Amino acid sequence: MSDPAMPAARARRSLLKTDPGTSRRNAAERRFRAYGAAAVVVAMAALAALMFTVFRDGASAFVQARATIPVVIAADVVDPDGNRDPAEMAGVLTMSYGRLLDQALTREIERRNIQVEGLTQRDITGFLSAQARADLRRAVLADPALVGQEIEWRMMTSSRVDGMLKGRVTRDTAARDAKTSVAQYDLAMALRDQGVVRAGFNWRFITAPDGSDSRPESAGLGVAILGSLYMMLIVLVLALPIGVAASIWLEEFAPKNRLTDVIEVNISNLAAVPSIVFGILGLAAFINFVGLPRSAPIVGGLVLTLMTLPTIIIATRAALKAVPPSIRDAALGVGASRMQTVFHHVLPLAMPGILTGTILGLAQALGETAPLMLIGMVAFVSTYPSAPPQGLLDPASALPVQIYNWTQRADPAFFERASGAIIVLLAFLLAMNLIAIWLRRKFERRW
Amino acid sequence: MSPLATIITILGLAGLGYLLGHRRAVALVAGDTRRLHSRPAYHGWQVALLAALPALGLLVLGGLARPLIPGAGALASPAAMLLGLAGLGAGLVRVSADFRARNAVERMIGLLLILCSLIAIATTLGIVLSLVFESASFFRLYPWQDFLFGTEWSPRFGGGSKLGMLPLLWGTLYISLIALLVAVPVGLFAAIYMSEYATRRVRSVVKPAIEVLAGIPTIVYGLFALATVGPLIRDWLAQPLGFGNSSASVATAGLVMGIMLIPFVSSLSDDIINAVPQSLRDGALGLGSTPSETIRHVVIPAALPGIVGAVLLAASRAIGETMIVVLGAGAMAKISGNPFEAMTTITVKIVGQLTGDNDFNSPETLVAFALGLTLFVMTLGLNVFALYIVRKYREQYE
Repeated sequence: MSDPAMPAARARRSLLKTDPGTSRRNAAERRFRAYGAAAVVVAMAALAALMFTVFRDGASAFVQARATIPVVIAADVVDPDGNRDPAEMAGVLTMSYGRLLDQALTREIERRNIQVEGLTQRDITGFLSAQARADLRRAVLADPALVGQEIEWRMMTSSRVDGMLKGRVTRDTAARDAKTSVAQYDLAMALRDQGVVRAGFNWRFITAPDGSDSRPESAGLGVAILGSLYMMLIVLVLALPIGVAASIWLEEFAPKNRLTDVIEVNISNLAAVPSIVFGILGLAAFINFVGLPRSAPIVGGLVLTLMTLPTIIIATRAALKAVPPSIRDAALGVGASRMQTVFHHVLPLAMPGILTGTILGLAQALGETAPLMLIGMVAFVSTYPSAPPQGLLDPASALPVQIYNWTQRADPAFFERASGAIIVLLAFLLAMNLIAIWLRRKFERRW
Repeated sequence: MSPLATIITILGLAGLGYLLGHRRAVALVAGDTRRLHSRPAYHGWQVALLAALPALGLLVLGGLARPLIPGAGALASPAAMLLGLAGLGAGLVRVSADFRARNAVERMIGLLLILCSLIAIATTLGIVLSLVFESASFFRLYPWQDFLFGTEWSPRFGGGSKLGMLPLLWGTLYISLIALLVAVPVGLFAAIYMSEYATRRVRSVVKPAIEVLAGIPTIVYGLFALATVGPLIRDWLAQPLGFGNSSASVATAGLVMGIMLIPFVSSLSDDIINAVPQSLRDGALGLGSTPSETIRHVVIPAALPGIVGAVLLAASRAIGETMIVVLGAGAMAKISGNPFEAMTTITVKIVGQLTGDNDFNSPETLVAFALGLTLFVMTLGLNVFALYIVRKYREQYE
């Protein structure tokens, strides 16, 4: 383009033959285009790699190995007084139920004639999840009629055995692992072949509360999902009306003055403030100053509301702006007040856009981690929060924080849980985005 | 009575006020609503708003004043209930055939709208106040020169900590630089390709796919860095080249953060490139330049201020990003040029100092607020500057 035209070269040019200058420029053109395509490919490959690793590592969290064996609920162990009174049976500790399970597993191994070399008592005790004893105890206390009977009991195996069935723990790694052994591996394989241990869909992963460090197999997302749900409710209830009200004022009523300018600049800056700063605000203002409890969904909800407000305001203002002025003129022309014009005509027409923006804002809030960590939601919470409104003040976790929490634990089984939790989180986000897209498609109007 | 129960009671009172106001207005004109200035519903709303708004306002004020005035919290609930009842009564007394209830309601709603808009200012004010106050108490315990210019970060909860910010600042800037080195070329070229070369069909697939990257929570990127990218970089780059054997590293965090920023850069640049008038392109193409020459010599220079603004916004994002660096960059505070070493950032240390049990009188905890203030000032400066550039550029072609 900026090549100086050389008269000497021009004489030898032919239309049929590309001269070196042109082919150089064409090559540059192809290169440039290839860079662009490469950039797109890099971005798509990154997305694909991200998704692939999440699903590769996390899909197995939805499956859990469980053993089904006949267990004798020996009356002399669980009900030493023999009166079937649950209050007195509660004095029998979980440990005793563990012995029942160990005996049952030992009997089952003998009955099925499974020979494993070097099988120790420790391998047998460690085969079943520590959670299984607690579950059995709870079932017996709930139904004392079970005492003295033999029942087919289905229970979780320990995370190592679970890993053996999923291929995460192999015979070689089992030999090196202090928490398991080759004998336990052989036992697991033998029991699997006989159909005693089977992998099935793991509902507990979605509904159960978090498990302690030593029981990854029992850890679930129940509290985290509930906590996130509470926070989303708070955000919806607060951010939607406040955001819509603020947008209406700014878009329809605000006079052009200093105050309006300050508010507008404020909103666009708030949209770009790092999320962790909102966490500091929550800690300093809501917890230290106002005195709300730590780890409570209400504090998280308030912080996320403040974070989401700019997003909702920006979306709502765009939706209000998209309503043509002729609608306003018509309403004003037949004698409606300005307030009536906005609330009876403009707002209903802008509603699909507002809802779309709100859902996208909620989706953003759902994935936010850093501010929630600062207000104490990383704490270990193993009891469900109660129903709102009181439950809003109970300690809870949140999905993204639960993921972080699990990545910080030593047992590799928690890494599988964290990836599985990401799948759950992404599923929620996908659902929210699909609803937003559906709303936009269904109600979109071109004027 | 708990505040939540009070709120529900006041809302119930407002509902009752609506019914009473409505009925009283209708009764006053014996059912002939044409004789009312405002429709009965407005009379109802007038009573309801008068019952609810002052009472709820008092409740919020009471909650805010609780730490300042002891006993204010306990007093707020009954006082708000009384105020609600008084508002209900006052509203009912006002109802008459000539009363301009619609105008009254609209004035109250207008006030409500303004109050909601002011929440944005209140939020900024809250952020600034909480950062400044807590930072001030930090600087009373720890000299500001040592914080700003100290090159050693070693908090000890027993006392004698060294809380120099420079290693954290260095880590933050280094990681952000690597992130931008990844995100800007990829994002910019992707935007150019999509706006200038891609066919409609390719665009309709690629653009949403890149936007998906923007919708993925940062904790997911963090885990990706921790579990996949970190070991990969360690095993294939750092160890063979002899640069160290840390899985958490500046390069890991920077690379993953760069991926996170790709959609940010590309969608902003896409908007800006699309805003360049078609006539400029047509002119250049008409003079015989190839599409790439048009882009390089005409479109990009015309869009440059906007692109610079986009890059600055991306930089501010990178500086404030938390989860990726918490999981991917490590916790070692040091100043080093080796990108395969673990370093740490301002955000990591804010999280580190503020999670767990805090003692809000020790400099080791309070330093987090000073770090937050630093972060806030840095990102705010970048944002204001970037928005100024972008806005100025937009006006150019409008």
